[in-house]
Amino acid sequence: MADQTHAPVSPRDPKKTYGLAELVRGKAPSSARPPEETVFSWPDLVYVEFLAMLFATVVLIVLPLLSGAPLEESASADTTPNPMKAPWYFLGLQELLVFFDPWLAGVVLPGLIIVGLMVVPYIDINPKGIGQYNYTERKFAVWTFCFGLALWYIFIVVGVYLRGLDWQWYWPWDNWSLHKEASSVSLIDLEVIMAQKFGMAQTTANLLTYLITGAFYAIGFTIPFLFFRKFYEALGFVRYNLMMFFFMTMMLVPFKVMIRLVFNIKYMLITPFFKI
Amino acid sequence: MTGLIEKLRQQIVSTQVWRSIFRHGYPDTDLNRALVMFSNVILHLHPVRVKRGALKIRYTWCLGGLTFFMFIILTITGVFLMFYYVPDTRRAYNDIKDLQYVVYFGNLMRDMHRWAAHAMVFLVWLHMTRVFLTGAYKPPREFNWIVGVMLLVLTLILSWTGYLLPWDQLALWAITVGSKMAEATPVIGVSGPFGLQMGMRPDNDIRFMLLGGTVVGQSALLRFYVLHCVGLPLLAGVFMAVHFWRIRKDGFSGPL
Repeated sequence: MADQTHAPVSPRDPKKTYGLAELVRGKAPSSARPPEETVFSWPDLVYVEFLAMLFATVVLIVLPLLSGAPLEESASADTTPNPMKAPWYFLGLQELLVFFDPWLAGVVLPGLIIVGLMVVPYIDINPKGIGQYNYTERKFAVWTFCFGLALWYIFIVVGVYLRGLDWQWYWPWDNWSLHKEASSVSLIDLEVIMAQKFGMAQTTANLLTYLITGAFYAIGFTIPFLFFRKFYEALGFVRYNLMMFFFMTMMLVPFKVMIRLVFNIKYMLITPFFKI
Repeated sequence: MTGLIEKLRQQIVSTQVWRSIFRHGYPDTDLNRALVMFSNVILHLHPVRVKRGALKIRYTWCLGGLTFFMFIILTITGVFLMFYYVPDTRRAYNDIKDLQYVVYFGNLMRDMHRWAAHAMVFLVWLHMTRVFLTGAYKPPREFNWIVGVMLLVLTLILSWTGYLLPWDQLALWAITVGSKMAEATPVIGVSGPFGLQMGMRPDNDIRFMLLGGTVVGQSALLRFYVLHCVGLPLLAGVFMAVHFWRIRKDGFSGPL
């Protein structure tokens, strides 16, 4: 209280820090960015949301008029329906059962999809294309994602619309109440084919299938490393290997489907514990 | 007459009760438009101001918001259905029949619940695709993408657990197919790789835990019911809270 001419606006306390705020004439509260680039949430955003909710509600009232929720006979362990189908969003995975054993189709592959999706932000280090639909500056990312998405939807469409009795392939114009003859082609394991065609011992053929499966991954890992060196160096060792593991495992799915459809191969690798 | 109404309105809005509930006037001034976001618990999910780009329908397609709206519709119709449904294998199917033919608006509620569930699954996928294509998972939003993937998984499990409840042939066998997959889980499933070596049996593996038995029966119905109506929605609610919170913290990704 020494200086009486300038009365303090607040008690001075050396332990506190004081800030100075400026009041300017204006209409809008804003932070960090100039207010011209923004609009009030009320009404501009709130009314868009309101219209979207209104629209969705109308759709949800009209749809039941067109088609109601199904209800079949009461559950009975005595009658097994044919085909037995999972809910539509899991039919892609059920369709994979044609090509893979249940532990892969039902557990490991979906698990890898989930983990693979989670690591996406950490392996895609391209800073381009935030906040815009940008294909030209992130072609690889967009292609990879859309490829996986296409696989997911194609298997679902096949499972929902093209699989009938005994999980056989039925076209929409086929008679869906008639059983199809089981395919006359029998599926053979890769190691059996190699043993028969090249006169190898069964154990040698089995060892070679390990090599082939390993080579599938090894070649996949090596090509970008050799020919797209910038790509590898940008990602670094850990990110690169993580990314390539998920990428090649995704590619394993169409690969296995292809060798099944073209060469009737049942398993490409047989180990004492599991088969792929 | 209009003078009388205006006087009455003034009377009402100046009462202590009114002012204790509504802390500010109608949001037609800048101040009130800001205050409405501060003082309303639902609206405060929004910031006071948003980037112009956030309003572009052709950027977001409203997909995330619509997914959340499906969740709300599912909660409302689901609570309605819970009044008429008992998860007992002896009467569950008949309860659904009652909802279809006896209960007023029962059929509409059930149909809306079904359609909204389908829509929610599909909208989550579309929302994720949109977020990927606009690079909205890139820094600083990596963590929110993970939360989003968790919500995707929760949505699928929610839908799947609900699939069993009508207790018809469709339900029983769809869940039977699904739980067969669980049996094949490596290490913790009886027919999965290394399952037998780990001492798994049909009555102690992961499928048994899921179903509460070796077949889809009463225990499975009760488990799925409790998870579908209480456990998973609560969990999804927590993840949604984090999801929306992070959008507020990290800011909207879109263009200006």
